[in-house]
Amino acid sequence: MKIKLDRTICDGFGKCAEHAPAVFSLDEWGYASLERGLSADADLPPELEQPARRALLDCPVHAIIERRPSR
Amino acid sequence: MPALRTGSHPAVRHGLLSAQAGWESRADYERDGGYQPGLSGADLVAAVAASGLRGRGGAAFPVARKLATVAAQAGEKSVLVNGEEGEPASVKDRWLLRARPHLVIDGALRAAQAVGARTVCLYVSDATSAASLDAAIAELGAVPPATWPSAALPAAALPVELRVFRVEPSYVAGEETAAVNAVNGRPAKPSEKPPRPFEEGVRGLPTLVSNVESVANLPAISAGAAGAGQAFLMTLGGAVPRPGLYEVPFGIPLGELTEVLGGLAGPARGYVMGGYFAGLVNSRGHGLPLDYDALKAAGTGLGCGAVTVLGPGDCPVGAAALLLAYYGRENAGQCGSCFNGTAAMAGVAAALAHGEARAADIERLAGWTGFLPGRGACATLDGAVNVAASLLREFPGEVDAHQKRACAVCAATDFLTTDSPFALSPGSITPNVGATL
Repeated sequence: MKIKLDRTICDGFGKCAEHAPAVFSLDEWGYASLERGLSADADLPPELEQPARRALLDCPVHAIIERRPSR
Repeated sequence: MPALRTGSHPAVRHGLLSAQAGWESRADYERDGGYQPGLSGADLVAAVAASGLRGRGGAAFPVARKLATVAAQAGEKSVLVNGEEGEPASVKDRWLLRARPHLVIDGALRAAQAVGARTVCLYVSDATSAASLDAAIAELGAVPPATWPSAALPAAALPVELRVFRVEPSYVAGEETAAVNAVNGRPAKPSEKPPRPFEEGVRGLPTLVSNVESVANLPAISAGAAGAGQAFLMTLGGAVPRPGLYEVPFGIPLGELTEVLGGLAGPARGYVMGGYFAGLVNSRGHGLPLDYDALKAAGTGLGCGAVTVLGPGDCPVGAAALLLAYYGRENAGQCGSCFNGTAAMAGVAAALAHGEARAADIERLAGWTGFLPGRGACATLDGAVNVAASLLREFPGEVDAHQKRACAVCAATDFLTTDSPFALSPGSITPNVGATL
């Protein structure tokens, strides 16, 4: 599973870091980025897929997007 | 503002600065060997790779790899030549577009041929650049399409549709996804990657986005000219008697250039590197070779090639405060870490310049420079971090002193200005090589 966090959309609700603190880190203003070492270009470690999916489904502004295999 | 000069270092061969005065017409350019047959397709890509040409917009990505990646995509492709030049301390792209539009177009057509694109968008914000391109394209259009733009390029590459796209100038509008967004009818603001333009760009097509100076190097590389791509355009500003646009070979120490290219008004206190993006270096910058990797290893960067010299009348703390205030104003206002982080760093820098910052503030600033890199969809936040981190790293004595009280330079500086610090205008460039160095 590959996910992208669109930080131009993120509004800092912070739900992602509640569900998947190993995937998402928040800055001191509450805005998220993927944890260092994770990238939208690489598959998540399998054990992080489930929490990442919960974060994806719970993001109020849909800033987390699952990347489909490219054409 | 003094008139900007242009000039080439004696070691430069097949440079981009023209030897003639004024606007270079198609006839001028062709008389000088332009629009001639040369290496194309995979051969051109291989020659670009051999030249070591890296993107001149600031990111220094290998141009050959970008060409090959777009060329390898299936179906229709597109080219976007980026002449937005959002770095206020840089004038090189606008100079090329204003003075030598056919050189840029020739390079763009070769890039289009190499990647298999039928459309080329020339993306600019400067009205004079746009008018120059329009005039150049009108000259090409007067020739029957069979030979348009000349018989130089393989027929399979033609016809190529050339289009000039004008955008409002801004720091972020020159970022590659912002450029694609603008051309696609959206605001000229960066997007989260991926997709990158080589995957999905103009009209959703795989798109080569390449800087004006990068493509301007392609005709000489295509011609197999010795030394092609081995020099770069350096905008030199700040405390130098002869600010200007100079073409210099890679690897020459900065101090040697500021002496050769105009001398210094006094001992350099430091330098602002890569436009604003690479931040500050102290007087050790004098000995640093102007080379992507050497500067990166030294903790700074060449970026778009613009260098501002800080003289005895400048304060690095004040300069950093002005630069961070600029980032606070000019970021896209999209990513929370960026609009908060730039404002927070600008706030501490301004307090420091006013002699009102305390140790805890400096600790917070240092903390942000460690935590914030990479937390934006584009590199704007990283540029602001570079400024803040380099202030702390390069000028610890000045930072300490300003915690006690503001220096005389800072006390006399208007920090509420919304002018872009150290900005240069290509309008004051004489469009010819005035100085032989």
